[in-house]
Amino acid sequence: MEEFLRILTQALAELVAPSTAAYALAAIGLNLHFGYTGLLNMGQAGFMLLGAYGFGIATIAGAPFLVALLVAIAAGTVFALLLGIPTLKLRGDYLAIVTISAAEIIRWLGRSTVFQEWTGGASGLLGNSFKHTFHELSFLPDGRTAVGPLEYINTGSDSWWTRLFAWGLVLLALLFVWLLTRSPWGRVLKGIREDEDAVRALGKNVFAYKLQALVIGGALGSLAGVLYVLPRAITPDSMGRTMTFFVWTVLLLGGAATLFGPVLGSMLFFSLYMLMRTGMRAGLGDVIGGTQVEQLGGMLVGVTLMLLVIFRPQGILGNKRELAFNVR
Amino acid sequence: MSADETTTVTGAPTPADGTPSGTTVQETPTTAAEAVEAAAAQAAPESAEAKQVARDLSFVEGRVGVPKPDAILTVDGVQRRFGGMTAVDVDHLEVQRGAITALIGPNGAGKTTLFNLLTGFDQPNQGQWQFDGRSIAGKSGAAVARAGMVRTFQLTKALNRLTVLQNMLLAQPKHPGERFWLSWLPFTWAAQERAATEKALEILARFKLDTKKDDFAGSLSGGQRKLLEMARALMTDPTMIMLDEPMAGVNPALVQSLLGHVQALRDEGMTVLFVEHDMHAVRHISDWVVVMAEGRVVAEGPPETVMQDQAVVDAYLGAHHDTDLGDDSLLDPAVLARLEAEDKGQTEREERKR
Repeated sequence: MEEFLRILTQALAELVAPSTAAYALAAIGLNLHFGYTGLLNMGQAGFMLLGAYGFGIATIAGAPFLVALLVAIAAGTVFALLLGIPTLKLRGDYLAIVTISAAEIIRWLGRSTVFQEWTGGASGLLGNSFKHTFHELSFLPDGRTAVGPLEYINTGSDSWWTRLFAWGLVLLALLFVWLLTRSPWGRVLKGIREDEDAVRALGKNVFAYKLQALVIGGALGSLAGVLYVLPRAITPDSMGRTMTFFVWTVLLLGGAATLFGPVLGSMLFFSLYMLMRTGMRAGLGDVIGGTQVEQLGGMLVGVTLMLLVIFRPQGILGNKRELAFNVR
Repeated sequence: MSADETTTVTGAPTPADGTPSGTTVQETPTTAAEAVEAAAAQAAPESAEAKQVARDLSFVEGRVGVPKPDAILTVDGVQRRFGGMTAVDVDHLEVQRGAITALIGPNGAGKTTLFNLLTGFDQPNQGQWQFDGRSIAGKSGAAVARAGMVRTFQLTKALNRLTVLQNMLLAQPKHPGERFWLSWLPFTWAAQERAATEKALEILARFKLDTKKDDFAGSLSGGQRKLLEMARALMTDPTMIMLDEPMAGVNPALVQSLLGHVQALRDEGMTVLFVEHDMHAVRHISDWVVVMAEGRVVAEGPPETVMQDQAVVDAYLGAHHDTDLGDDSLLDPAVLARLEAEDKGQTEREERKR
């Protein structure tokens, strides 16, 4: 029984974890790309890693917190422009190919010895080297606080302050995306998603709109990268392809082109993922061993993603009516 | 089927209005042809401007590249090659302002390619063209649309997962809410949005789509989507509207209303250029017909004369374009043999010409 409660608590903790917020924010950015504009960005992790590096390196260089955040956003923006300008005039598939390889290039550049002085190479940047400005901003008193079964220190790496900030940022991003997508600007994006030639024939500069969407979604991805590294170190290998596919799973689970889909998807995905792994470790750990449980978990995520796309492509919050004639 | 009947059917002279000869018309009262005629009869009262245009065009000689009294679109030496194949090679073409001009020709004649070139959806290997006195050669599709020349597509492009009203609002030109920097502040564009909605509902009402304004465009029928596409094009306040096969895949009852709408556009002073396969539609609503074949303009003129130009009919519509291919008499070996012989003779004549 105690074991069971422990597993449930761990799953519950995932609901509010900073990394869940980080994935939610990354999925909000991806939603702007894929859900609203139809851009296939297969390298959201690249945006996140660049954001994390931008924030970390700027802080280590002595920048205050807000400036470091702006550097992270700028890094994502430049990356989006670099990827978007040559590919967005081509068919959608090219963006997918370019983003997936560009994200890998960022990761390999990060872990290479060439830029070791700034990025710390494969071992990355230690958390203590770039978090002090963030912790200094905390207005929470010292000590620990328990809310129900969850207990964390008030200010620190894995703290309430980190959670408060992360989810606050997610809420702001939601408000921003809500305002954007209900505007005529968002309507043009949706039109581009449906058929960009039709939108072009109505006199809209489709390329500019796609670039704007790519930049904004990418900047949100960079901010998500900052959230992701706030409770841990910046290690390039933890922000690779797997991360991109987790973001996609989160988005498709919650429902693309819905406002709350990314948030719901992230919460549900990570608590279920935790429940599954701790459950399997408790139940099957003796039979197949701890490392196998991790690998089995990863495989099950893949299967879930496939089943989701086949049987419920609109996700949990998606509109069935919209899907009824989604054939081209 | 008796031999007598065979001769009467195939030997019957083609009526001038192009109604397929034979018995099919009486059996099915709502064919496309009848719908078209009804539409033509309905739309007989025209505006003064439209009458003026018709009068102007009646003085224009029917030959290729003829100058028009008031050309809105002038095409010069436009060529588009795909590898070794020349898809479009138009020396000179002028389109009269305020008229309905039909662009016809067999499959692969380059009609749609020319359309794509003129509207900026494809780039030519060479050539110049002016629209409303300004060169729009080499401009993007969006820039051409902003200049006032808006097009529709052969395969209808309704934006499925947007509602009918959203489809319309999307077409509103110069909407401040479409600029990213202000888009998230609704009060900066609310007034324009209201004005656009009013205008959209007006146009939708005219196309009898106003009751469907909140339905997803994807749930409309094929014909309704054609109407929506046309309505959406009107929303951009165009001076010239380019319709790529507006009648394709639309049921006869709707063809009538579609043609009525096209004529109404002309009567309001808009210029219409359309690609069409349906000869009856072309005959009844167009003021001027341009015939293309193998990438070139081979004939142009008022519909009555171009249609009767035997060379055009034979070479580009097929010598037997008015023969009902569903007619059993064609299964008669004797008739088939005669048709084949005619065909052969024609090919030989053409070869000799070359």
